[in-house]
Amino acid sequence: MIVSGVRATARIVAREDGRGGTALPVLEGDGPLALRRTRGSGSEARVMLVGAMSGPLGGDHFTVETDVQAGARLRVGSAAATIALPGQAKGEARYDVRLTVADGAELHWLPEQLISAGGSELCVTTHVDLGATSRLVLREEQVLGRVREEPGRLSSRLVVRVAGRTLLDQELACGPGAPGGWDGPAVLAGHRAVGQVIVVRPEFVAEPVAAQVLGEGAAVMPLAGPAVLVTAVAADALLLRRVLDEALESLGP
Amino acid sequence: MKAGRITGAASLEDFCRGRLHTAGRVAAALAAAAALGVDPVELDAAADARTPSPALRVAARKLGRQLMRAARATWPSGELDALAREFPKGAHQPVVLGLAARAAGLGAEDAAHCAAYESVSGPASATVRLLSLDPFDATAVLARLAPELDRVADQAVEAAREVVDTGVDALPAASAPLLEISAEVHAAWPVRLFAS
Repeated sequence: MIVSGVRATARIVAREDGRGGTALPVLEGDGPLALRRTRGSGSEARVMLVGAMSGPLGGDHFTVETDVQAGARLRVGSAAATIALPGQAKGEARYDVRLTVADGAELHWLPEQLISAGGSELCVTTHVDLGATSRLVLREEQVLGRVREEPGRLSSRLVVRVAGRTLLDQELACGPGAPGGWDGPAVLAGHRAVGQVIVVRPEFVAEPVAAQVLGEGAAVMPLAGPAVLVTAVAADALLLRRVLDEALESLGP
Repeated sequence: MKAGRITGAASLEDFCRGRLHTAGRVAAALAAAAALGVDPVELDAAADARTPSPALRVAARKLGRQLMRAARATWPSGELDALAREFPKGAHQPVVLGLAARAAGLGAEDAAHCAAYESVSGPASATVRLLSLDPFDATAVLARLAPELDRVADQAVEAAREVVDTGVDALPAASAPLLEISAEVHAAWPVRLFAS
């Protein structure tokens, strides 16, 4: 029997509804990717990504595309952590996220953790294209292995562009088969949770945020553009979330 | 070191290996691409995007400026002059290194090897000074890393050739969270031991 992975795509389009709110003319997902609109707040629409099947498993290819059009405000979360698991199909799984935020629009992309279970192989890419006056808060958290489990192979790349110029390009590879030293003192030093939050706001051009250290495992770093990156490592997912929340709060609304 | 993560030759080797495959890989590809004649201004912007820590960006530009002075004195070149004019406070060091290699008549392979080696030789000599590690032990660490260093340099040249064809997005972007965080922790010390 030939086993092949699942291919699934979810798409969200958000636009101003002309009455001070945000409409979602496209909200569609298939297979394991289900989308639900939840109660928003003010002009902001909210969407929950609900995992309707387990995965991604080996060989799966998931894609999530989100287009936030001029003036719209969207917040996307997920109902639970995503767990990368080994599958019957050969090869690694892929999870691609493509986010476009137009001028004057705002996106809060705040999914729950990605857990790399033992034996899994997953490659995640997140590409964000922003306009010069777009606003973004994006969080990504990776947990290496479930409790007392060796992690799978995980590689993730985050690319953020503002007005066509690349502001941030970061790739992290860890787990068995990753280039050497990934768990050593230069990269993760045995920490099992790693995450980052990037905040892009046009007003950072005039009022840049100062760099700040939060303990030995986290830093708030102004990028070479209208953005701040918080990078953190922690012993577990709970401690990681705590430090990322603290950093986000320090940046103000 | 202050955080207790490097205590001897074994953890130094682990640290160097991690730095080689992340910051070293990126620096080697930047240097190789500059040596192949890719626009250094674009490479400098790509280096910024791959260096979230402002302390590391400042250090890379300082080192770039120092190297620029030495390179222009030794191998005068119009391309080096132009880059120095474009970045009076210094361009990212690997970009300057690649352009200096070009001015000296060297190839992308040489530039990539230099940059990859620098990514591990600095921490090794710092460990000798700060932890009184036996210099022979530190040199042995570097010798053991040599085969991996060659592979990183080869891959960097491959990536650089792709940059010539498709643009700077083809550069590797391997990152090391603790290198970035530790640079910020170190920059916040009241007394700093190293600029980079």
